Amino acid sequence: MNMDSTLAENFYRQMLLIRRFEEKCVELYSKEKIRGFLHLYIGEEAIAVGLMHALTPEDAVLATYREHGQALARGVSAKSIMAEMYGKVEGCSLGRGGSMHLFDKETHFYGGSAIVAGALPLAVGMALADKMMKRNRVTVCIFGDGAVAEGEFHESLNLAALWKLPVLFVCENNLYGMGTSLERAESETDLAKKAAAYRLTSRQIDGMDVVKVAEATEHAVAEIRFGSGPVFLECLTYRFRAHSMFDAELYRDKAEVEEWKKKDPLLVLLQKYPDINISKYEDEIASIIAEAVDYAENGTLESIEDLEKFVYSPEVAS
Amino acid sequence: MSTTITYREAVRQAIREAMEKDERVFLIGEDVGRYGGAFAVSMGLLKIFGEERILDTPLSESAFTGAGIGAALNGMRPIVEIMTVNFSLLALDQIMNNAATLLHMSGGQFNVPLVIRMVTGGGKQLAAQHSHSLEGWYAHIPGLKVLTPATVQDAYDMVNLALADPDPVLVFENALLYNTKGSLDTDAAVLPIGKAKTERTGKDITILAYGISVFKALEAAEILSSEGIDAEVIDLRSLRPLDDEAIMASVRKTHRVMIVDEGWKSGSISAEIMARINEQAFFELDAPMGRVCTVEVPIPYAAHLEHAALPQADKIVAMARKILEES
Repeated sequence: MNMDSTLAENFYRQMLLIRRFEEKCVELYSKEKIRGFLHLYIGEEAIAVGLMHALTPEDAVLATYREHGQALARGVSAKSIMAEMYGKVEGCSLGRGGSMHLFDKETHFYGGSAIVAGALPLAVGMALADKMMKRNRVTVCIFGDGAVAEGEFHESLNLAALWKLPVLFVCENNLYGMGTSLERAESETDLAKKAAAYRLTSRQIDGMDVVKVAEATEHAVAEIRFGSGPVFLECLTYRFRAHSMFDAELYRDKAEVEEWKKKDPLLVLLQKYPDINISKYEDEIASIIAEAVDYAENGTLESIEDLEKFVYSPEVAS
Repeated sequence: MSTTITYREAVRQAIREAMEKDERVFLIGEDVGRYGGAFAVSMGLLKIFGEERILDTPLSESAFTGAGIGAALNGMRPIVEIMTVNFSLLALDQIMNNAATLLHMSGGQFNVPLVIRMVTGGGKQLAAQHSHSLEGWYAHIPGLKVLTPATVQDAYDMVNLALADPDPVLVFENALLYNTKGSLDTDAAVLPIGKAKTERTGKDITILAYGISVFKALEAAEILSSEGIDAEVIDLRSLRPLDDEAIMASVRKTHRVMIVDEGWKSGSISAEIMARINEQAFFELDAPMGRVCTVEVPIPYAAHLEHAALPQADKIVAMARKILEES
């Protein structure tokens, strides 16, 4: 990858945007502006930013309920994401989805799925459609280590490999499926090895280093576009915060969390590129977030008369 | 032009014509290709369209149903075939949590123009994991449409109606109907989704039915007719949406109503229909409503037990007489 200081600054800026955005979400949650479940991406920013860098605007992205960072990195505006969490019509899903269900047609961001592994079959189908219609497009499906225990994971990897579909499976292995650690959930904890059993290209990478993620994704996407079938990337990472806002974190040691914080993706990048102008980005991002909050605050609540909209498509004249 | 063909051939013809007309349509499911379909519906289609459009899948209902949803999201018009409604439970997550919700969760951005066909119903001595009628369950779910073709004409039309719909449509084909013959007119005006059809007009009692039960109701109506009871038989055709208008119009005419439903009574579509009549036409009724449903047991293997479990013409006749006696 042609890595220069401009790109490093861009990566830093995007990761910082996610970090500060998530911190603002916590604050707004405690003020009861945001409700429902809220899953933070803090600690995992390198994956979304590195990953999205390697995609074209035409590629499709499917994500999980911990997807604010991926939506931001994909180019969904902070304003529309914040408005979504406020339940306002200006939200990217018109207030129907909330934190866990961010959707954006323009950037081909297909959610926001809160059923663990539930989006993998969809990704297989999207890629199948692209293959059938001979479109040179990649579908990226992001999920956590918890998904690997689900049947849909195995069914989907099998189909994708069997039919050589253009899918990039990205496993964000943060070592815990909610409060259950990987070794308490998997007989084989090497997830890349597990995926390789389906005879697809499978690699384990450092998910705390945005440059490494970007390089690995560029490589994988090139292979997929070449037609060699799906690729599985296991990104080793860690979530610095609790699973959701209802998690007392009884299942992991504080020392473990502190150890991983030494690998903070922002620090890792700064160590490689010490000249990044941090304060410039802090200021810019503070204003983006302030604007997003302002936008959400001033957004509109949908009329209850419209409650039953979006259950079926509007009648199409035949 | 009108021809006489089997229900199976009608479904196959509709799929074949749709695939000839629209390159976005494809068939995906277990053994739909080389085997020719578990119930031989897709026999011969592989030869015409090839492996790229007639997709045999591994035994993975969740993945191939979800793949259908994903392909639908991405511009295709997939027809997913699930061998039986019992097996569809392995794909229930995809049907309920994705197909039925994506349009809503995305604020109207992503619709799912998907057709899922599956076999339903008992009567083949296939016991308790192949014989159930769970279409009423699916009718519970906002975001889905549930069709139950009974006639050869509907077996054909409903494939097209489902494919033309912008949202997920589930089509339930009763396995015992596949060999029935009937007339198909491909030029006839198509009755839309959500419209019931009166199969027999009558003035004394309304019998509401769907799928194979329509024929049992018609058989019962003939017996009742010999006793001087003039029954109206309505084929519901669609369980979601239900044609409230047609149901209430018939209730207002006959003032007596019963429902034949191959699902179990508890929490069934027949219960829903009774509730709607209660809400919308209670004062039109001259007698308590009645229904003939499957006895509340998992479907047994032994032929006589299975026969006794399912709705049959004699039970329908008995229920109709009872309602008339009570009014």
